[in-house]
Amino acid sequence: MASKLPVPVAESGDIDLVLRQVLQDVLGLSTERVAELDTDSGLFGHLPELDSMAVAGLLTELEDRLDILIEDDDVDGEMLETFGALAAFLAAKRADA
Amino acid sequence: MQAGNWPNLPHTDEYAIRFDSGRATRLLIVPALFDEANKMRHFTVEIMRALDEAGIDTMLPDLPGTNESCEVLADQSLSSWQSAMVGAAAYFEATHVLALRGGALCAPSDLPCLRYAPVKGVRVLNALLRAQTLADREAGRESTREQLSEQGKSAGLTLAGYTLSPAMFRQLEEANLPGHSFCDIAQTDIGGGGLWLRAEPDHDPDQARALARIVAERLA
Repeated sequence: MASKLPVPVAESGDIDLVLRQVLQDVLGLSTERVAELDTDSGLFGHLPELDSMAVAGLLTELEDRLDILIEDDDVDGEMLETFGALAAFLAAKRADA
Repeated sequence: MQAGNWPNLPHTDEYAIRFDSGRATRLLIVPALFDEANKMRHFTVEIMRALDEAGIDTMLPDLPGTNESCEVLADQSLSSWQSAMVGAAAYFEATHVLALRGGALCAPSDLPCLRYAPVKGVRVLNALLRAQTLADREAGRESTREQLSEQGKSAGLTLAGYTLSPAMFRQLEEANLPGHSFCDIAQTDIGGGGLWLRAEPDHDPDQARALARIVAERLA
């Protein structure tokens, strides 16, 4: 029988999926290209089109879709540098939420 | 497609592009705001092209201080933009309005208005504030959204390349989405990711056709 408990907005597996979807929307990547992103894939500082305005949009969209709040102090070059680092940050935020 | 100026009295004339064949349904399009307007310009014109094929006239006026305008952005506010859009609607004899994203915050209130993925002013402002704090940090300067916000409200501020007057700043902070007579068109109604999210301006013909089809259905 199906549980009537509320379904969490995002489990850790969903964070990976949501991050891929948002990066696809921000970077205009093909489905194949977005599926190839792995832990070491470089983001901020590696992709010239990912400027401060685009990162601001990316973070706001992740906040909305994962129901989390990202403070200015949370944001640094390291957390945005790779797909894996950003996914780990989002998982930790979701665990705190 | 036609291009030309329209009078924004008592200021200088402003530019608009149109698909105008003197048809009964005449749709004024209020563009998205700031960087989203640039990212969605091609998409916006393709929506107009699709609506032209559906028998609907469209006009896309510049917001004063943006695009081809001779006015200064730092002199503008949501009120000056709304007043300009009311003037453009009258000049072009618009029967309806389509407001894109933050354009809903300065759409004429005296015409039936369709809104595509409308956003509150505070969200528009927060995106600019966040981009500015990120850019400051990259340049080795520390700033917070709170500091920038205080400065913006008292003296005006340039955020992510856009110079906002104190009036624009305050009005964006306070601007809620006014009530309206049509249901909004959400991104999920047209499918795909919102083009305002793109790091670089982009276009999606499927989304433009889907949005134009929904607009045409609602105006029929």
